[in-house]
Amino acid sequence: MRFVNLFFVIFFIFSLKVSFAQEGNLKNKITKNLRCLICQGQSVYDSDSEFANSVKILVDKKLNEGFSEKEIYVFLKERYGEWILYDPEFSKITYFLWLLPIILFLIGGAIILKIFNIRKN
Amino acid sequence: MKIRIFPVSIIFLFIVIFIVFLKGLKNPNIYKPKTDVKKNIPLLNFELFESNKKINSNEIFVDDEFYLMNIWSSWCAPCRDEHVFLIKLSKEKNLKLVGLNYKDNFINAKNFLDELNNPYEIIITDKDGLVAIEWGAYGVPETFLIHKKKIIKKIIGPLNIDLVLEIKELVK
Amino acid sequence: MASLIGYYSLIVGGFLSFFIIIFSVKNFKSSETLDNRIIFFSFLQLLLVFISFLGLIISFINSDFSNETVFNHSHTTKPLLYKIAGTWGNHEGSLLLWLLVLTLFIFLFILKSKKQPTKYVILTLLFQQIIIVGFFIFILKTSSPFNYIFPVPKEGLGLNPILQDPALAIHPPILYLGYVGSSIIFSSTLSAVTLNYITKKWASHIKQWVLISWIFLTLGILLGSIWAYYELGWGGFWFWDPVENVSLMPWLALTTLIHCILVLEKRSFLTSWVVILSISTFTLSMSGTFLVRSGILNSVHTFANDPERGLYILLFLFSLIFLSLFIFFFFHKQNENFKISLSFLSKETFILINNWFMMYFLSVVLIGTIYPIFLEVILSEKISVGPPFYHKLIVPFLIPFLFFMTIGPKLKWMKSDLSKKINLIVFFIISLLVASLIVKNLKIEFLLNTILITFSFYLFFVTLSDFVSKKYKNLPQNIAHFGFSLFIISILFNNIFTTEIITNLKVGEKFESENYKIKFENLYQKDKKNFKSIIGKFKIENSQGDVEIMEPELRIYNQPNISTSEADIRTNLLSDKFITMNIVQNQEYFNIRYQTKPFMMWIWLSVLLITISGFVSFFKKKYEN
Repeated sequence: MRFVNLFFVIFFIFSLKVSFAQEGNLKNKITKNLRCLICQGQSVYDSDSEFANSVKILVDKKLNEGFSEKEIYVFLKERYGEWILYDPEFSKITYFLWLLPIILFLIGGAIILKIFNIRKN
Repeated sequence: MKIRIFPVSIIFLFIVIFIVFLKGLKNPNIYKPKTDVKKNIPLLNFELFESNKKINSNEIFVDDEFYLMNIWSSWCAPCRDEHVFLIKLSKEKNLKLVGLNYKDNFINAKNFLDELNNPYEIIITDKDGLVAIEWGAYGVPETFLIHKKKIIKKIIGPLNIDLVLEIKELVK
Repeated sequence: MASLIGYYSLIVGGFLSFFIIIFSVKNFKSSETLDNRIIFFSFLQLLLVFISFLGLIISFINSDFSNETVFNHSHTTKPLLYKIAGTWGNHEGSLLLWLLVLTLFIFLFILKSKKQPTKYVILTLLFQQIIIVGFFIFILKTSSPFNYIFPVPKEGLGLNPILQDPALAIHPPILYLGYVGSSIIFSSTLSAVTLNYITKKWASHIKQWVLISWIFLTLGILLGSIWAYYELGWGGFWFWDPVENVSLMPWLALTTLIHCILVLEKRSFLTSWVVILSISTFTLSMSGTFLVRSGILNSVHTFANDPERGLYILLFLFSLIFLSLFIFFFFHKQNENFKISLSFLSKETFILINNWFMMYFLSVVLIGTIYPIFLEVILSEKISVGPPFYHKLIVPFLIPFLFFMTIGPKLKWMKSDLSKKINLIVFFIISLLVASLIVKNLKIEFLLNTILITFSFYLFFVTLSDFVSKKYKNLPQNIAHFGFSLFIISILFNNIFTTEIITNLKVGEKFESENYKIKFENLYQKDKKNFKSIIGKFKIENSQGDVEIMEPELRIYNQPNISTSEADIRTNLLSDKFITMNIVQNQEYFNIRYQTKPFMMWIWLSVLLITISGFVSFFKKKYEN
């Protein structure tokens, strides 16, 4: 069982690096990660509001100017705050957000092992 | 003793959650952007409304004056409503009004100003909304009070009489 | 008039609780058989709440604008269906529906539990009455649906047009049957804990109630998703919006409960765990109500927010939580002091693993939903937690989850042997080959997708072959797991193969790409009773030369004055075509979004299949008993 645990941890770290947004191009990936600030719970990608349309144009323009994905996020964060990003960055205010589920998962495994004596056949 | 730790910590956890929710209830529940942060104005080239000439932010916002930059559009109904307040503010001595015409069509915008009078000293255009984003704006109408190249106040949504009085107080 | 009757029957219904509680307490102390007066009064209470609810519906049908709720949420020009649906499309009416479900379930519970110990039934009724009284007070004090306005307005304010949709008309009642139905699990568990009645017999009795809640909750969530897909107009069906998460959490808890209650039923351990899960299910439903109705969260679905209401639900919620904690710690006797030995290859172990993963998924959703609230209160930082967060934390864990889900049902209780099962290995190799073939031809990230598709196909093939060869030990389980594999595969393929064109066109213009030609043929207008619509006619031709005419709409509703964009969707078994148009401000152009979405139908069908498995299980159990 311990081996299984370890496997998941390694797997998880590995999977964080290969981010899961394989659909389409970078522009879609970025706009899906941006909150349309004047809408209710829609991403910029999903929305057709004036604000969202402008942000779409902006992302396009910045990509053409050679901005990286991260630089675009920084640019928008400076103007609109952390609130605009759907994918919260791993920083000191979000350590718990990202790690707590994993910690709970490990604790859960530990509890199962503690209460039950699981034998191999 | 060991048995007791578990219930106590669980009860403690729920008390903490309760307090957080209780405090959360008192917060305003709709997202309000911070409106009183002193941010530098963005350095940009703007396109003028009446001609195709370009103008730099430094040329518009000269140091010591107070500027009120208003984002407006002819298709935006609240803009029409707040226009009277802009006219009022344009009579203020040490305040200069700058209009940012947002995603508009020139003829409609011109008619809008002909009909309701033009309170702005200078108007710049924003064809695709990118200038507004540089300013960190959400949409129309939105108003920024600028002094010494810093945004000292930001108003999201239409102006009203209280805000007009507050602005008058600030520029004195 | 109807409002008045509704109001008074609601008040009388509330007073009946008082009598029911008195009779129950007396009955609990003295007699061994259930007092008939309790049954009668419970029925009377149900009847009165029903009359009250009917009164509100009639006020809506008659557009009686002297009633404040009707005035705020209805309009004379609305079609009849949406007048009726408007009854529960608002805060006050939906709470009345809650109350109706609460009283309905306890009445059915009393009728159906004749074989159970009388004390247990009475105590369950008492706990349920605590919840019922709480809701009566809540409705009458803060959210009465029968407030009177004078002078009577001529016209109502209307229902938000995005709520005027057939799927959404039936979505709330179905969802509430699941959501509120879990209250009966909560009450009966507390009662069973107090009386030390957590036994095999209890497990098989409560399982039926768990199944009912679960079926309706699943169906309710499905309807909500279908509505989002059709009505919100951007082709998605699940947005990890707080309100969706709030319905997903009790669902996850219930699904876990369905699994672990099997262990209690067969091997009579995991008692504490079953108790904790039963309590959390309803607590999560209530927390959800709190989060949505108090307006503490920023979400798509908004109810009129009122801090007083939020405060009341919060106090009520935490009273219930602390009550159940007290009962749990005070009365629950753990009979699991010794370490239980399990064989790794046994059904028990795999159910434990299932529970372990389900709790992980639940914690991801829970933390993702409430973390922003904590951050804002404690550090006044405002962050968003959206789809990328959930995908990153959930998707990798799906892989082992799918694997255990395939193997688990193959195992027996106590101990079993897998060494001879060559076909399990053969199926795995087939799945791997199929998956790598599919992924290889696509320009997508290879490794993760291959693994994911492999494991979902693995589950798919194994459960399918069990159907065909009739080797399943448990039909509903096999249907459910097969449905889940189909669900994951459909979502994966839907995600991978969706194509999209976004462009600006004006009438007469044509857009051409490699695969599609889209021509904006013309634009015409139609007037309906409660809205005007502008319809665009588009001719879409794909590379094979198939031509389709699609007509997305822009609707301008008269009351309230809101415009919505109605997608035109062509559904067939393999793929959906989805087109929307939107106005580009101050130009003659329209923003056109055309999507092809493969396997959409299968996402719905697979969830339906999962729901059917619940029905099968429910009726099979009855038949066996």
